[in-house]
Amino acid sequence: MAPVQVVNVSLPSLPQGWAADKDFKAVGGLSAATQRNVEPVGPHFLAHARRKRQNRTFSEDERIQAEQNVKKTEDEEDMDISEPEDPMMLSREAKDWKGQDHYAVLGLSKHRWRATPEQIRKAHRKKVLRHHPDKKAAMGKSDENDSFFKCIQKATELLLDPTRRRQFDSVDEGAEIDPPSKKAAQKDYFKAWGPVFEAEGRFSNKQPVPQLGNDDSTQEEVETFYNFWYNFDSWRSFEYLDEDIPDDGEGRDQKRHTEKKNANARRKRKQEDNVRLREMLDELMAGDERIKKFRQQARAGKDAKRKAKEDEARRLLEEKERARREEEERKQAAEEAAKAEREKNKKAKEAAKNAAKKNKRVLKGSVKDVNYFAEGEASAAQVDSVLGDVELIMGKIDVDELAALAEKLTLAGKDGAAVKSAWSSEGQRLVGAGKVKEGELKAFA
Amino acid sequence: MGDAANGVAAEAERFAIGISFGNSCSSIARISPDGKAEVIANEEGDRQIPTVLSYIEGEEYHGTQAKAQLIRNSGNTVAYFRDYLGKDFKSIDPTPCHASAHPQQSDSTVAFSIRDSPSETPNSVSVSEITTRHLRRLKQSATDFLGKDVNAAVITVPTNFSDAQREALVASAKAAGLDVLQLIAEPVAAVMAYDARPEATATDKLTVVADLGGTRSDVAVIACRGGMYTILATAHDYELGGASLDQIIIDHFAKEFMKKHQVDPREDKRGLAKLKLEGEATRKALSLSTNAQLSIESLANGIDFGSTVNRTRFELLSGKVFSQFTGLIEQVVKKAGLDVLDIDEVIFSGGTSHTPKIAQLARNIFPEKTAILAPSTLTSAINPSELSARGAAFQASLVQEFEHEDIEQSIHPMVTVTPHLSKAIGIEFTSSTDTTFQPLLNTETALPARRIAQYTAPKEGGDVLVRVCEGARDIKVTKPEPKPKEEKPADDEDSEFSDEDDEEEEIREIVWKTEKPVAELAVKGVKAGGKVEVMVHVNPDLGLQIAVREVGGSTAVRGAINGSA
Repeated sequence: MAPVQVVNVSLPSLPQGWAADKDFKAVGGLSAATQRNVEPVGPHFLAHARRKRQNRTFSEDERIQAEQNVKKTEDEEDMDISEPEDPMMLSREAKDWKGQDHYAVLGLSKHRWRATPEQIRKAHRKKVLRHHPDKKAAMGKSDENDSFFKCIQKATELLLDPTRRRQFDSVDEGAEIDPPSKKAAQKDYFKAWGPVFEAEGRFSNKQPVPQLGNDDSTQEEVETFYNFWYNFDSWRSFEYLDEDIPDDGEGRDQKRHTEKKNANARRKRKQEDNVRLREMLDELMAGDERIKKFRQQARAGKDAKRKAKEDEARRLLEEKERARREEEERKQAAEEAAKAEREKNKKAKEAAKNAAKKNKRVLKGSVKDVNYFAEGEASAAQVDSVLGDVELIMGKIDVDELAALAEKLTLAGKDGAAVKSAWSSEGQRLVGAGKVKEGELKAFA
Repeated sequence: MGDAANGVAAEAERFAIGISFGNSCSSIARISPDGKAEVIANEEGDRQIPTVLSYIEGEEYHGTQAKAQLIRNSGNTVAYFRDYLGKDFKSIDPTPCHASAHPQQSDSTVAFSIRDSPSETPNSVSVSEITTRHLRRLKQSATDFLGKDVNAAVITVPTNFSDAQREALVASAKAAGLDVLQLIAEPVAAVMAYDARPEATATDKLTVVADLGGTRSDVAVIACRGGMYTILATAHDYELGGASLDQIIIDHFAKEFMKKHQVDPREDKRGLAKLKLEGEATRKALSLSTNAQLSIESLANGIDFGSTVNRTRFELLSGKVFSQFTGLIEQVVKKAGLDVLDIDEVIFSGGTSHTPKIAQLARNIFPEKTAILAPSTLTSAINPSELSARGAAFQASLVQEFEHEDIEQSIHPMVTVTPHLSKAIGIEFTSSTDTTFQPLLNTETALPARRIAQYTAPKEGGDVLVRVCEGARDIKVTKPEPKPKEEKPADDEDSEFSDEDDEEEEIREIVWKTEKPVAELAVKGVKAGGKVEVMVHVNPDLGLQIAVREVGGSTAVRGAINGSA
């Protein structure tokens, strides 16, 4: 961490008589420090921050950092544990490199198309270290057989070229996963089929490839999956299986013929591949419970909708009917009420009429009973004037006042003075109210 | 976009670059896979991208293209807006924008009224929005160059950037799709650009960083102690910069033009803009060669103008401005309570630092041992215009993997505020003739700190004494004895003249003195020709742990002194 400075200055010798406990003598303290802001940049600051935040001392921090670094390198090495080598493979001829499994040669058969160029380079290095012909010669196996080494070189060369690697990946049987048997599919449908399409997805131009999912996948997910695969955009090609074109310059026709044949074969294989994928997909879809489930759900949804619609219509109809009936009832009731009212009014009017008639009779009778306020036989003129006044008053007063007057007169009976005073007061009241003029009343003035 | 989604994306693949966001020019840099800082060129091949945006018919132009628009389309060209970010209208200085879109008040912030859409009516675009657009273009350039989506950055800011300005910058960057990992100070970025070079070692030094920009100059004194940086003092001059030198060139040529044609090109707005643009190019050319040409078509009244100027002429004319630069540097050293003798290194940063004379003048101020890091004084100097971007890129590479929270906690004052030694700690050597002091931990070292040093033992070996002391630096001034006259016969006038100069100059040097002894340790039985290793560890509470052992020896003498606090 802190670099050691080397200073070329001689330390003084220990003076005579210097002595201290454990050879250390504290003499004084330090002067007060200034508080300042350290700029939070640079690797040394980050180390400082790490120490301060985690309360580590310099040496602790160094140790922990060192441990972490060591662990990291170990992990990296763990990743590339090489696979056992098949003796059959080791004895391969370099000539028929086309037939070899390039990934297996490099010990990457687990990774295959997933292997990164970095991994390939590392694997190559490892294999070279083991199989270099010079090494073999040094170990005494001087059979000079470097064919496997050539295989390694060929495999690396091919796999590090993206175009050629794709050509090989297209026909890499080791990466192929066959569709599951009916029996296996019955056990766990998605687990059986999932890897098939995962492997098939390596040919996709579009990445990432949607996954098959499981029972709980949503309809949208399932639809995306099938849409993707029915419109699959594949880079798979079959150049790798091409027949070698003789390049001896002899026979241009022969060359053209082979080229044509190769092109046809490629097209045919591609078509076959497309058909194979389509058939596989059809099979998958036919057995996919989720599709059935969604269809059922959709149907159930439709039924429910229709039923709801019908219910709604029925409800509306009923409501209308009820409203109509209510309206009718209401009308009838109103009619009856009006009729009763009319009848009642009629009776009251008649009663009032009768009462008025009776009162008028009382009124007329009252003056007659007291002999028109005359002593002896009343003269015609006197009778006339009294009756005229009675008529006048009766014409001017309303029903209630008439009843009151009639009552008064009935009480007065045949007492002429009382009758006269009742009439006079009534006459005066009418004059006061302005209904009768002063001079109009003659007998009751 | 939700916060969560954002966070996931950032964690999935964060690719960070360093951005130097200057008032006149910006740069972008990253650390290449082989660990070297690399400044990225934009689509036009510029590594110093003018911080200018221009709009024509809704089309956006950026960088050099936009800068050229200052002549014809100045009203819709926005330049020099960095310093307005996060400030209110009252506190800004609109002078630099005189020849471009003028800043206007909008709510509490600053805005520019420009026609940035095909329509005829101008829009009011806030300075934050302009910054976002600028950063978006920088991000795009970096993304195009690197072929990876750049989504995070470390951005450099002046030391006096306020919290509001920082917040505004972070918000603008976020709007541009850049996750700001950290804002770092420009001078510190410059120091780091030098210290991040593989050959550099983290030595203790006091550095002056002179950041001479296009419109302003900032100088800072930084203490580098064990790779940690502490700013001791800063000084700013908002009127001094490349523009002041451009003005000299402009005036020079304008006068020449007037002599010939009796017209002042500076009175015409477009003429002035042309002179400014070409004058700047001429000034930059003068930094590289001793002669530079200026030619402008139709400068004024349709007259073409062409002329040359040489460097000496330029330097003579600019003497006053140059002395302002050096004055600023001297001022900040004084402000830090230091002497020029204390300065180990002067770093020139910013575009104007290319001017050779400025570095040469600085060379004269500082003593011989001070390294002047500028292109004209040191061939291995890094391009001054790229320093802060490189420093930012280096910091970006360091914190790229960190979580946001982690970075925030690390830059919290809890961590950054630390006690610094006020007095140097060192070892005292007494020999029969005199007593000397060798500092081991310098002043302004951030605590806790640990230093290890090896000292030679006396030739004959035996027991040695290690006296740990506090020391103080003194400046010893000695007047040289006058040289005997007769020794030097007068060769020619020049040499004599310089001789006289020498005589008057005093010799000033640094002398360390022991102030206070702290501890004494003894190492017994050191072999002849052996070495003694001393380790001093100072706690934040000023407690000390000292261990002394012979190199190769198994037993060590240890002692501790409790801290005062």
